[in-house]
Amino acid sequence: MAPKICALCRKSKAMLKRPKTGQQICKDCFFYVFETEVHNTIIQAKLFKPGDRVAIGASGGKDSTVLAYVMKTLNERYQYGLDLFLLSIDEGITGYRDDSLETVKRNQQQYDMPLKILSYDELYGWTMDAIVSQVGRKNNCTFCGVFRRQALDRGAAMLNVDHIVTGHNADDIAETVLMNIMRGDIARLGRCTSICTQGEDTIRRSKPFKYAYEKEIVMYAYFKKLDYFSTECIYSPDAYRGHARVFLKDLEAARPSAIIDIIHSGEAFEIKDEVKATQKLQQTCQRCGYMSSNALCKACTLLEGLERGMAESGITDRARKRLEAEGPAPDNIRTIPFFNPPSGQPVVTVEAPS
Amino acid sequence: MSQLSLKVEFGGGIELLFSKKHTITVELPALVPTDDSTDDQSLMEDTAKEKKPANLAYLVLYLRDRLLTERAELFVENGTVRPGILVLVNDTDWQLEGEGDYELKDKDNIVFISTLHGG
Ligand SMILES: [Zn+2]
Ligand SMILES: [Zn+2]
Repeated sequence: MAPKICALCRKSKAMLKRPKTGQQICKDCFFYVFETEVHNTIIQAKLFKPGDRVAIGASGGKDSTVLAYVMKTLNERYQYGLDLFLLSIDEGITGYRDDSLETVKRNQQQYDMPLKILSYDELYGWTMDAIVSQVGRKNNCTFCGVFRRQALDRGAAMLNVDHIVTGHNADDIAETVLMNIMRGDIARLGRCTSICTQGEDTIRRSKPFKYAYEKEIVMYAYFKKLDYFSTECIYSPDAYRGHARVFLKDLEAARPSAIIDIIHSGEAFEIKDEVKATQKLQQTCQRCGYMSSNALCKACTLLEGLERGMAESGITDRARKRLEAEGPAPDNIRTIPFFNPPSGQPVVTVEAPS
Repeated sequence: MSQLSLKVEFGGGIELLFSKKHTITVELPALVPTDDSTDDQSLMEDTAKEKKPANLAYLVLYLRDRLLTERAELFVENGTVRPGILVLVNDTDWQLEGEGDYELKDKDNIVFISTLHGG
């Protein structure tokens, strides 16, 4: 087969077919269009302003590694004027997170960015290994998800950043749209396609890769020879998400625009105000100061269950009642240090236009 | 009969299915059985089987049958690599090279990368 010529520069040999457009392009044109599209996403959504301190949520995996590289490149090329940091959460999973953190530490050297690692052990007194040994492998992802979300905010507060960016890509978002539809979670469906979210007392979070296809992120990492870590979490049995993911990949194989089409469908749903209003009013956790929809935040509830040897109490109502029947939390259980959000946060939930 | 020596690389987590090897060398005859059988007998030069030039689709089946150590369904689905696995031929997206129909040449470098593993 004769080599194909790049559809953009018409000079070099085409090296990949873009899933979004079907265009066949060369390596250099690919780098340029990929980076430019991310830049356009950032500009159109007005994600940053000069002087912003921005933490990149870094797991050592492909998406966040490419994100760190591209953020550094764009910050220099277009003079965003951002102070960039790497923020990693160490869940304490032997043979998984310890290896991927080594990758993040190399990224710190390669990209010359300050790195903060915050561990579950430091913040909660429990590693995921210890949690799994108590709760087994059924609900461990609930603990990990709740703990990670709060740890990222707390790590960001320690770095005193204005903003967290994460490596969620177009495939991840399309997958979340599908899952919210399948679960009938209409309130989340309305929110999950926002490029930027900010709740009361939480730090702005955004997804500069919202429109970047996973295939292109992996190709970018491969062609740039970026150093990333790729092993599935040893505790991750999220079968439901797994099915959604396989289904999406099958759709994409049949019609590559499926990913972006699903995101657009998600954006086009108009969520009625009554549905939005069912979200509980946000308050502050009376034990740790983190934002919460109840007197105790989810992390404090889960931690109390672990500390009192009744881990289920954070998961089911029945177990919660059993815990409450045993009386109030003893004074000697471990709690999460009090949260002091960075100043200057608005008190209302805002979502930037996407 | 001519032999092909191919450099095959695995990345993005797919190496876990191949005894955690990142790079292997695969020796294949330039002509392989039309029925896609991959056993030693069928690959002998004097087999009575009908032959065709070895292509990428055949390599995928050969890797599955001969070198994959676990969970074949994570590598091959409906006779080709599973959606979500990228394939490169000498650093070019296999979608530009005819995918499975690409005829292998001596010293080709074939890369398989999973996109399904965590980001
Ligand atoms: Zn070009
Ligand atoms: Zn709390």
